[in-house]
Amino acid sequence: MIELEQKSAAPTFFKKHQESFYKSLEDKHTTLEFEDNDDPLNSRMVLNMGPSHPATHGVLRLLLQLNGETIEKAKLDLGYLHRGIEKIAENKTYQEFMPYTDRMDYLSPYSNNVSLCLAVEKIADVEVPDRAQYIRMIGAELARISAHLLWLGTMVMDSGAVSFFIWTFREREKIYDIMDQLAGHRFTVSHARIGGVANDITDDAMALIKEFVQTFPKELKGFHSMLDRNRIFVDRNVDVGVVSSDKAIDLGATGPILRGSGYAYDIRRFEPYLKYDEMDFEIPTRLEGDNLSRYYVRMEEMHESIRILRQCLDRLPKGPIRANDAKQAYPSKDEVYYSMEGMIHDFMMTDTGICPPDGAEVYHAVEAPKGELGYFIQSDGTGHPWRLKVNAPSFRNLQVLEHSLEGASISDTVLIIGSIDPVMGEADK
Amino acid sequence: MSHQSTHNDTYNDILAFVEHDRGVTQPISVYRSTSDLTLVVPRDLIIEKLTKLKNDHHFIYLVDMVGTDRFVEGDRFEVLYNLIDLKQGRRVVIKTLADEDDPVLPSASGIWTNASWHEREIFDMIGVHFTDHPDLRRVYLPEDFDYFPLRKEFPLLGIPGSIDLPTSTPDQEASS
Amino acid sequence: MGLESALGEGFITTRVDDLVGWARANSTWPMPMGLACCAIEMMAYAGPRYDAARFGSEVMRFSPRQSDLLIVAGWCSYKMSHAVRRIWDQMPDPKWCIAMGACASTGGMHRCYGVVQGIDNFLPVDAYISGCPPRPDALLNALMTIQEKVKTEHSVLLDA
Repeated sequence: MIELEQKSAAPTFFKKHQESFYKSLEDKHTTLEFEDNDDPLNSRMVLNMGPSHPATHGVLRLLLQLNGETIEKAKLDLGYLHRGIEKIAENKTYQEFMPYTDRMDYLSPYSNNVSLCLAVEKIADVEVPDRAQYIRMIGAELARISAHLLWLGTMVMDSGAVSFFIWTFREREKIYDIMDQLAGHRFTVSHARIGGVANDITDDAMALIKEFVQTFPKELKGFHSMLDRNRIFVDRNVDVGVVSSDKAIDLGATGPILRGSGYAYDIRRFEPYLKYDEMDFEIPTRLEGDNLSRYYVRMEEMHESIRILRQCLDRLPKGPIRANDAKQAYPSKDEVYYSMEGMIHDFMMTDTGICPPDGAEVYHAVEAPKGELGYFIQSDGTGHPWRLKVNAPSFRNLQVLEHSLEGASISDTVLIIGSIDPVMGEADK
Repeated sequence: MSHQSTHNDTYNDILAFVEHDRGVTQPISVYRSTSDLTLVVPRDLIIEKLTKLKNDHHFIYLVDMVGTDRFVEGDRFEVLYNLIDLKQGRRVVIKTLADEDDPVLPSASGIWTNASWHEREIFDMIGVHFTDHPDLRRVYLPEDFDYFPLRKEFPLLGIPGSIDLPTSTPDQEASS
Repeated sequence: MGLESALGEGFITTRVDDLVGWARANSTWPMPMGLACCAIEMMAYAGPRYDAARFGSEVMRFSPRQSDLLIVAGWCSYKMSHAVRRIWDQMPDPKWCIAMGACASTGGMHRCYGVVQGIDNFLPVDAYISGCPPRPDALLNALMTIQEKVKTEHSVLLDA
C-alpha cells in the first residue's frame, strides 16, 4: 500500500524538473517519513502547495518541508506564468511593447506604463510636457491605491474575514470607473505614451477623481477602525513572518517589505522622477518587519497617495499632453486625420518608432506599489531594444518569502504570502 | 532625471578605486551610460571587487542583475550588477563578460544572498553558469527544457516539441 | 413554500431532461482557474457590482471535485498546462469550460515560446470570450451561453 502511494505521488510531468525541485530539499520523493519511535506528530513531511491553490495569489508553487507544524525549509517554484516577455520586447518597438507592461503587474498597470515610458524617454532624451507628467502621477497614485486595496482585501480574507474583500472591491470598482473614463479600459489601461499620455483627462474622469479623493479617506478610516484594534487580526499578524532589517537588505527586499523592516527607501525620494520632488509626502516606515508593520506601511501609503493626488489636482497645469516632436512622439489624432505630414509621422512612429542612440544603456526605476520596478534597456540604434530587462519587485520579494518562511508555522504560510503580496505575472515575466 | 549628474563628485572614491588597479594586467574601464556610472571588471577580479565595494564602499544593496547576449565572437555574454549605496544615495553598475564556449562566472551569492535567484534567472535565460552557487536550477522553465531562450539564435516562437503539452486522454498520466 | 402558494393545488408536467437541465444550468459552480490578469476581472464578476449570484454560480469552489465549470482566466504557459489539464481531469462529469480572454482562447498577444496558443490545444472548450481582459459583463454572457447549452443537453439519456 505504501509503495503504491509513493508511486502515485512520484512526479509524472516534467520529470527532470520535478526531480531536481525535490532534490533541492535534499529529501527525495517521500511524502511521509517516520523517525524511529518518535511521536508521529513530530514526523517530517514534505507538503506541496500550488500551483493551483486559492491562497497563493496566482500560480505560485511552494514545496515545504515540515517538522510537525514548523516549516524547516521552503522552496519556491516559479515560472508557471512564464511567457518570455523580455524576448517579446526584443521583437517589438518600444511603443508596441508598452501594452505588455500592463499585463505584468496587472494590479497596477498605470505604474508599469509610466515606468517603461520614463526609461525610454531617458534613453532617447525626450522632454515630456508638465501636464502629462501630472496626469501620469495621478494615474500612478490611483494605481497604487487600487493595488493596495486588492492586497488589503485578500490579506484580510487570508486571516479569516471574507466580507472585507467585498468592501475593498467596491472601492476598487470606483478606480476602475475612473480608468474607464480616463483611458477607455477598466484596468489594462495602456494610457501612457512615449513623450506624454494618450489623451487628456476628460471632464467626467476629473469629476470622478475629485469625488474619489473626497470620499476615499472616509472609507479608509473605516478600514482602519475595523482592523487596527481588531484582536483577531492583530494577534494573527503580529510577530509573524519577521524580516529583520539586515536580512531585508541582504535578501534584496523592496517596496513595503523593505520599508516595513526599517529602511525608508522609496524611489520617489531616492531618485525622484516625474514631479515627485515638488510633492509633499511622507515615506511610511516601520521597524518591526512583521506582517502587521507591512499592513501599517501599506495603509499609510494609501493616505500619502491621497495627499499626492490632492496636490496634483491643485497644481495640474494647462498645456499640451504630448511632446510636439514627430521623431519622438505620436502626433495628435487631429493632426493625423487632417494633415498629410501627421499621417506620415504617425505611420513612421508605428513602423520604426523611436530610435535611441546606438550602444546606449539605461536603467530607470519607479516606485510601483510592490516596490522598485526598473527597466534596463540596451539599444542598438534601431527601433527595437537589443535587450530589455525588467527588474520586477515581486520576483525579489518572493526570494524574501523563501527565506522568511523558514521557521514559521504552517498555518501562517498563507498570511505571510498575503503580506508579501506577489503578483505572479510580474515575477514570472 | 539629472539627479545622478549633480552628484558627480560623490563617485570620487569609486574612481580612485579604479585608478588604484590601473597597473594590474587587465584594467578596469569606466564609462557613464545614460544615467549610471558603469565599471567593466574582468571576470577573474569580479568577486574581489564586488566584496570590496560592499565592505569598503557600503554598496550593501544588490538591486538587479542583468544577463545580455551580445551576439559577438569571444566574450559573448555580459552580466551586470546594479548596486546601491544607501548611505550616500548613489547607484553604480558593474559589468563583467563571459566567454561564449565556456560561459562560467563566479557566483556573487556569497556576497549578497539575493544574487542567488538573479543568477538562476540568468542561467535559465542566457545559459551562463555560476560556480559556487548554492542551488543552480532553472527558475522559470522546467528542467527538461534544453535551450536558453534569451540567446539571440532562439526563435521567438520557440522550438516545436521542446516542451510537452499534456495528453488529452484523461488520466493517462496518473496510470503510467 | 413560495412555489406551492403561487401555483395552488396541482401539478407540473415536464421532461426529466428539462428538469435536470434547469437545475444544472442554475447551479453551475465554477472552478476559477485564475492565472493572470483575467483573474482580477473574474474576482470583479463575483464581486458586489456584477454579482454572479444572480445566475446561481457565486459558489467559487477551489476544489475541482466540487465544481462543474472550469473558467481558465489568463494565458496558460506550457508549464502550467499540465496542472490545468490535471484539474480538468479531476472535475466530475458533466463539466464545462470557458476560455476567458484572448490569451486563453488563442494565445492572444503573447505569441511567444512560453505560452500555449489557445487552451483548446489540450482542453475541450465550450465558450470563448474575446477581450484583453474581457469585462465582467462578457463573462456573465459566457455563463449564460453555457446555461443555454446545459439546458438543451440530453443529460439523462447520455448518463444512462
